[in-house]
Amino acid sequence: MTKQVVQVSKVVIRFAGDSGDGMQLTGDRFTTETAGLGNDLKTLPDFPAEIRAPAGTIPGVSAFQLHFADHLIATPGDEPDVLVAMNPAALKANLKLLRRGGDLIVNTDEFTKRALEKVGYTANPLEDGSLEEYQVHPVALTSMTVEALKDFDLTKKEAERAKNMFALGMLSWLYSRPSEGTLEFLKAKFGKKPEILKANIAAFEAGWSFGETTEGFSVQYEVAPAAMPAGVYRNISGNLALSLGLVAAGQLSNLPVFLGSYPITPASDILHELSKHKNFGVTTFQAEDEIAGIGSAIGAAYGGALALTTTSGPGVALKSEAIGLAVMTELPLVIIDVQRGGPSTGLPTKTEQSDLLQAMFGRNGEAPVPIVAPQSPSDCFFAAIEAARIAIEYRTPVFLLSDGYLANGSEPWKVPDVADLPAIDANFATELNHENADGSMDFWPYLRDPQTLARPWAVPGTKGLEHRIGGIEKAEGTGAISYDADNHDKMVRLRQAKVDAIAQTIPELTVDDPTGDAKVLVIGWGSTFGPIAGACKLVRDGGGSVAQAHLRHINPFPANLGSVLAKYDRVIVPEMNLGQLNMLLRAKFLVDTVNYNQVRGLPFKSDELAGVINDVRASL
Amino acid sequence: MSNLDKYPALTLVPKSDVAQSAKDFKSDQEVRWCPGCGDYSILSTVQGFMPDLGIAKENIVFVSGIGCSSRFPYYMNTYGFHSIHGRAPSIATGLSVSRPDLSVWVITGDGDALSIGGNHLIHALRRNVNLKILLFNNRIYGLTKGQYSPTSEQGKITKSTPMGSLDYSFNPVSLALGAEATFVARSLDSDRKHLTSVLSAAAAHEGTALIEIYQNCNIFNDGAWDPLKENETADDLMIRLEHGQPIRFGKDGAKGVIRTGDGHIAIANVAEVGEDALLRHDAHAQDPGLAFALSRLSDTHTLQDTPIGIFRDVQRPSYDRLAREQLADALEQKGPGDLQSLVRGKDTWVVA
Repeated sequence: MTKQVVQVSKVVIRFAGDSGDGMQLTGDRFTTETAGLGNDLKTLPDFPAEIRAPAGTIPGVSAFQLHFADHLIATPGDEPDVLVAMNPAALKANLKLLRRGGDLIVNTDEFTKRALEKVGYTANPLEDGSLEEYQVHPVALTSMTVEALKDFDLTKKEAERAKNMFALGMLSWLYSRPSEGTLEFLKAKFGKKPEILKANIAAFEAGWSFGETTEGFSVQYEVAPAAMPAGVYRNISGNLALSLGLVAAGQLSNLPVFLGSYPITPASDILHELSKHKNFGVTTFQAEDEIAGIGSAIGAAYGGALALTTTSGPGVALKSEAIGLAVMTELPLVIIDVQRGGPSTGLPTKTEQSDLLQAMFGRNGEAPVPIVAPQSPSDCFFAAIEAARIAIEYRTPVFLLSDGYLANGSEPWKVPDVADLPAIDANFATELNHENADGSMDFWPYLRDPQTLARPWAVPGTKGLEHRIGGIEKAEGTGAISYDADNHDKMVRLRQAKVDAIAQTIPELTVDDPTGDAKVLVIGWGSTFGPIAGACKLVRDGGGSVAQAHLRHINPFPANLGSVLAKYDRVIVPEMNLGQLNMLLRAKFLVDTVNYNQVRGLPFKSDELAGVINDVRASL
Repeated sequence: MSNLDKYPALTLVPKSDVAQSAKDFKSDQEVRWCPGCGDYSILSTVQGFMPDLGIAKENIVFVSGIGCSSRFPYYMNTYGFHSIHGRAPSIATGLSVSRPDLSVWVITGDGDALSIGGNHLIHALRRNVNLKILLFNNRIYGLTKGQYSPTSEQGKITKSTPMGSLDYSFNPVSLALGAEATFVARSLDSDRKHLTSVLSAAAAHEGTALIEIYQNCNIFNDGAWDPLKENETADDLMIRLEHGQPIRFGKDGAKGVIRTGDGHIAIANVAEVGEDALLRHDAHAQDPGLAFALSRLSDTHTLQDTPIGIFRDVQRPSYDRLAREQLADALEQKGPGDLQSLVRGKDTWVVA
């Protein structure tokens, strides 16, 4: 049967099921096929912290949202157009997200009395009329998968496990996605288990055929490729891009890379990824705790490596004292904080921007640390290189503030030509640098470069430059222990001035204001870039004017930030915290900003933000 | 014997091209320990020993934590890093693993290593990182002015324990052996000859070497180890362990260590059991059982039957070596990394 093919410009699909149902894998595969078709896309994996919460319960629901379009898009989508619910729990947890009138594909096999009761349904929503607002497509996913695999030498449980491939096949047909990549992927994954491989392929094909033949789907959809700049593209997640950026920074600085890390969600994937690249001179050290993670990195930095430590908020708290040591000893170090919901253990798998002030101030004493924040998954690559550049050139620890949304979200990325990336000069000290009154020469480990205020990086093994460093206050220049009051006052100010001086080498803040007459500026940092850009587009599509600026450097701020803020009647600061950047902007520039905050563990929705912007515009 | 043969663990460290003396290892910093502190003699012994290594002074690094002993690196004219409380083993680990051409020494105390830094110490030991850890044990917190430490004897009256401490004490040698250490020794601050011999064996050892050094704090815990240092009592209390030799001590070697019928070890009168019944010390035994049993002989309070010397010295590849080998293997298997190819990945598409 040939079905009508309908062209649509964009679709948001949300796959939801039990943690063990393979929803992340299904979403990943659908994403890869979609990327290959040339659509622009953004993804949002949304999964629980528990590896396998009890089956069929709300806490065990794992979801994957994908937005793809024939034009450039900014976010993973505010509202899914399609929800695939593999069981009652997935329906209950995700239904409120689905667009009214949207398509709801449900696995009817799992809607048993027991499963319904488990999540508090007193009546079957498939039968009680409560889903009238949606286009419901009941599909007996599990039993059809088992039926399709009845000739295989598999247990019922093994056959049932392939139902995510049935769902993927069905959705791949529905949205005209190619299947070759998925078949290749399955071959690679199950190459050593031929029976499982054949079963997964059969389930995928059964799902595809079902879509093609069932009367439940009257149309097939197509989404045309988006117009994107010419080039070679790949799909990339934030944690992967960040890892590749760190490897690149090692190559660009010609330094061995050393990562000292303790596993923590959502940062562990960076440790996993870097551990694969030993042939790039990358050493990864899984330490006994967060403190040893950074301690080992500081040791490697002293020895002349590009030193890294990866963590999330709770780990930063544990590393605070050691970060202070790196500030005091002025050693290059990149501290990667993939932020998650806090405080304490908080929401390990959910996103938040609430470590900004911890990164800024969370140490004893005056301990300034530069902060760089990527704004999209692919931008993590360039932000990592920038953080390494600052660390090496200024001999300082640097915070790279990613978050859970950037870490796990993905988007197409035009692969850069690595020859275009800037070299980083480690500029190791090799010579004595101070002439005494009698003409003899000494090495002063705290004699500063007049331009950058950076101290020399003299690594062990360098003859004649033997010196001692440590956490006790240093005499300016000589670096000897000093408890002198005036010297301490001077050194505290010098360390601050060195970080402030970084502003000389960072680009000025640019403002996106297409009409040039905006009276309202929206300023953000980090992963809110996409949702804010989406919101600004909605406002502009509605005929309004609004300006957008986004901070990549938060310490120090770009030199022109104050003058940018002063140009607008109102400045809105949306953040996934209770107003941390807002506090810094107000303190530094005395601007009467408008705070807009959510801490829901999820990225902002663009339409909500657009409403906020329009309210502020209307108030002028 | 050339130094290369004497110190196989230092084969990757550049040799000194000049003759060195203790003076070359003295920094220009004024030493600021209390007059009479046991640290002075340890510093002097280490400075005197260093030239024997025959390695370039700029390839030696001393890393310390916090406490009186941790000021040590400032007084050595080598590279040095005075870090934060308890973390020296982690910092030294990162340095050692990434720089096989360095000889890395850790200076720590009983509070630094066993209290706040206990976790880092045990993990360095089990990994067998190429570090030489000198643990100055004075059984007291000195720099914070006199609180009990993890090695203080239970019941100790200190500023923070006016009615006596409740904590049971650690035995650093037992702890290290339990943490899979490959080299564990004990020596005394005042016994230059013995300490030098232990330092030498530690430097020759590939992997982590822990040397517990009984050190006197003459301000807050004066005389803590005196029974082991005074001629009239030392012979009776102290057991000098020597590899391959019968374990014998006491005035005129009257006492020795024997294996009892139930498999334990005990102190016996040599005249009664005969010399052949004495255990021979075997520091190279893979099984740490005897070393552990020896570490348990001593009495925490009286110091009766306290062994010094090398309890254990066995071969196991260092973490550093294994990490280096993985890098080399990856390079051999995959070739030098090609950044463009890595960034490009496998799944790409072209937009024309």
